[in-house]
Amino acid sequence: MNEQITHMAEQVTAGKLTRREFMGKATALGVSAAMASTMFANAARAAGPKKGGDLKFGLQGGESTNSLDPATYASSVPFQNGKQFGDQLVEVAPDGSIEPRLAESVEGSADAKVWTFKLRQGVEFHNGKTMTSEDVLKTMERHSNEDSKSGALGIMQGIESMKADGDNFQVTLTEPNADLPYLMADYHLIIQPNGGMDDPGAGIGTGPYKVEVDEPGVRHLYTKFENHWNPDFGNFDSVEVVVINDATARTAALQSGQVHAINRVEPKVADLLGRAPNLTVHSTAGRGHYVFIMHCDTAPFDQNELRMALKFAINRQDLVDKILRGYGTVGNDMPVNAAYPLFDGSIPQREFNLEKAAEHYKKSGHDGSPIILRVADGAFPGAVDAAALFQQTAAQAGIPLEIKREPNDGYWSEVWNVQPFCASYWGGRPVQDQMYSTAYLSTADWNDTRFKVPEFDEMLFAARAELDNDKRKDIYSKMGMMVRDQGGLICPMFNDFIEGVSNQLQGWESDPTQEMMNGNMSRKMWFA
Amino acid sequence: MHPIIKLVSQRLALGFLLLFGASALIFGLTEALPGDAAQAVLGQAATPEALANLREEMGLNRPALTRYFEWLGGIVQGDLGTSLTNKLDIAESVGNRLGNTLFLAFWAAIVSVPLAIFLGLLAVRYRNRWPDKLISAVTLTTISIPEFLIGYVLVYFVAVKLGMFSPLAMINDSMTLGQKLNSIALPVIVLTLVVLAHMMRMTRAAILNVMQSAYVETAELKGLSNFQVIYRHAFPNAVAPIVNVVMLNLAYLVVGVVVVEVVFVYPGMGQYLVDHVTKRDVPVVLACGVIFAAIYIGLNMVADIVAILANPRLRHPK
Repeated sequence: MNEQITHMAEQVTAGKLTRREFMGKATALGVSAAMASTMFANAARAAGPKKGGDLKFGLQGGESTNSLDPATYASSVPFQNGKQFGDQLVEVAPDGSIEPRLAESVEGSADAKVWTFKLRQGVEFHNGKTMTSEDVLKTMERHSNEDSKSGALGIMQGIESMKADGDNFQVTLTEPNADLPYLMADYHLIIQPNGGMDDPGAGIGTGPYKVEVDEPGVRHLYTKFENHWNPDFGNFDSVEVVVINDATARTAALQSGQVHAINRVEPKVADLLGRAPNLTVHSTAGRGHYVFIMHCDTAPFDQNELRMALKFAINRQDLVDKILRGYGTVGNDMPVNAAYPLFDGSIPQREFNLEKAAEHYKKSGHDGSPIILRVADGAFPGAVDAAALFQQTAAQAGIPLEIKREPNDGYWSEVWNVQPFCASYWGGRPVQDQMYSTAYLSTADWNDTRFKVPEFDEMLFAARAELDNDKRKDIYSKMGMMVRDQGGLICPMFNDFIEGVSNQLQGWESDPTQEMMNGNMSRKMWFA
Repeated sequence: MHPIIKLVSQRLALGFLLLFGASALIFGLTEALPGDAAQAVLGQAATPEALANLREEMGLNRPALTRYFEWLGGIVQGDLGTSLTNKLDIAESVGNRLGNTLFLAFWAAIVSVPLAIFLGLLAVRYRNRWPDKLISAVTLTTISIPEFLIGYVLVYFVAVKLGMFSPLAMINDSMTLGQKLNSIALPVIVLTLVVLAHMMRMTRAAILNVMQSAYVETAELKGLSNFQVIYRHAFPNAVAPIVNVVMLNLAYLVVGVVVVEVVFVYPGMGQYLVDHVTKRDVPVVLACGVIFAAIYIGLNMVADIVAILANPRLRHPK
């Protein structure tokens, strides 16, 4: 049978057999459909990428108000746009390692305070200019100086000084940070000529595709940039990003072949959509998590007993089954999971336990008045339903939860990080340090659980300066336990990225960093 | 001065006053919404520092009244300003979107208005018999179903299953007229189904009303055919209410189709406006609001004037 399969695979690579024919013949030989699908993908992959074709994305998360200025990126479409026309210094590879892009190599000093990026030479911007270390310096300055309004401002705060030195770009930090290269992989930090100081929204970068049409909220068209520094990146003649915010319209567009890939397939239709013959639904475990957050410094949540009571009173598996329809994994009241490097998988899973919940609730001495939980549909998909499920299980433990529905509009400014108990969403970060520094450090702007423990801060700084990975893993494990048992985070679930991709596209890789292969589909995939 | 010219100029002046009032109302309401453009743009990623920088750059630190009158000063000189959020010229982006909206509305009107009036006449001709009942039943059904549902049903059966027409009504300048029409076929069908019943019923009612009168009986008695009676004697006398309802529906086709735009991913004004309201982009919201108000006021004015012209008693006042 193997010989026959090999022969068929050869025919596929020669283009003599279509996917459908291959699947038919393979299943006739007794191979399962899933197996045959993998075999076909392998056979097609062995043939190597083909050039050409016009790739079309149908994406949720674009608005008429979007700009091509990388400092303003905050949703899916701008994120994809940046990945088409721009490059960062480095990128986080699917396996969690650092992959060189505009920097050929990165080197840190022994104390992890000084980081030197050796820049690739002869890289051309779309306007014909050659990239210099000055451009890199200006870019980083624009994202970190005092006038900055960049989405990356938060992660640039630990930088003491930066300098451009010939072919090198050097960053000196106020405190040691072994993860600096991961921070530089942030999708806002696209290198622009003169740092984008002249015209930030011009869409001039070094990426494999250059901007042809920019109609915010409607579509963005890119054509192949022939002088890209890496000829292996970008197999398509053109890439079009079509904004389709409506979920039903998005799936219809994919089914009818109007677009080749869509993001954010709704969990409730994912199974049905996956049955369509001409496409595949990919589900990728990511670092994003749906949460309920309590302020550790506001009554009644200043009582750890009450926080623990609420943590025991939520049925995580039920939420994963009902809200995510199984497209996700249970959380453990920590903001990190196995998708992070240096994660300690041996930390015990918090179980749903009504008795313990009732016990802790009794110990907390709460007066029995309703505990107000604020939610909006915009907090995360299904947030209102999740809150209702939480309310029911909490009631079984005798804890009175009252759900207060808030409008989506203004939720992130009026409720999140303002009200003491609400639903929220975190997109995750490439490394644990970044996740903890963004939201669990005492002084962090986005410390949305008001988790202020000096001991925790010390461990965080110690882990940052530690270059020995075993020791770091150990520290992170302790930090995770601390948040799990003392923090204000109720983390019921980590959601998967669910994406629909046409079978015409080959070369799919699972990438936990961000959705749609971390924005690298147009670089790495090709038409069969 | 001719009374008609006087009337039109009075209406125009009133219209401008209304527009001014509408713009003040829109500005006030957008200001009253929680949060501002800087907060909305940065969203969850807002740090106090970034927020302050962005407010400064957008000029949101100045008093609301100053901003409103600056905007008003610009618009009387024909300058709509630039968007706060993406720094694009508003006149250019709105021009594009408005063009698309009018394109869709135009073709929907071309199909629906004659069809509605024809069906109305047909219903009168065969009133209380099966064609009348069938027309009423079908059009009332389509108006009762929410438009997004009709949209989805058409997308599923026509676009996905049959492979006819595109489920996305994306149009752009590089397309030929034929491609564009093919692209907007489904939304045009949906919009037609949505506005048909209203106009058809009004036509039917207005003409039936006239049909009761003595001169129609005379016309029948002198031996004119049924259609001729309706067409030559009843219709001219029933035209005023029909024009009124047609104009209201045309206004709806321009300003009320945001749901259809979302379902078919059509790059029109509705979606554009909604995006900018969520981002508190006041100059764009004002520009769109004023354009919508102008269209509404303009079409209603046309309806009034036609009603007056169609009525000899109003045309030649004593």
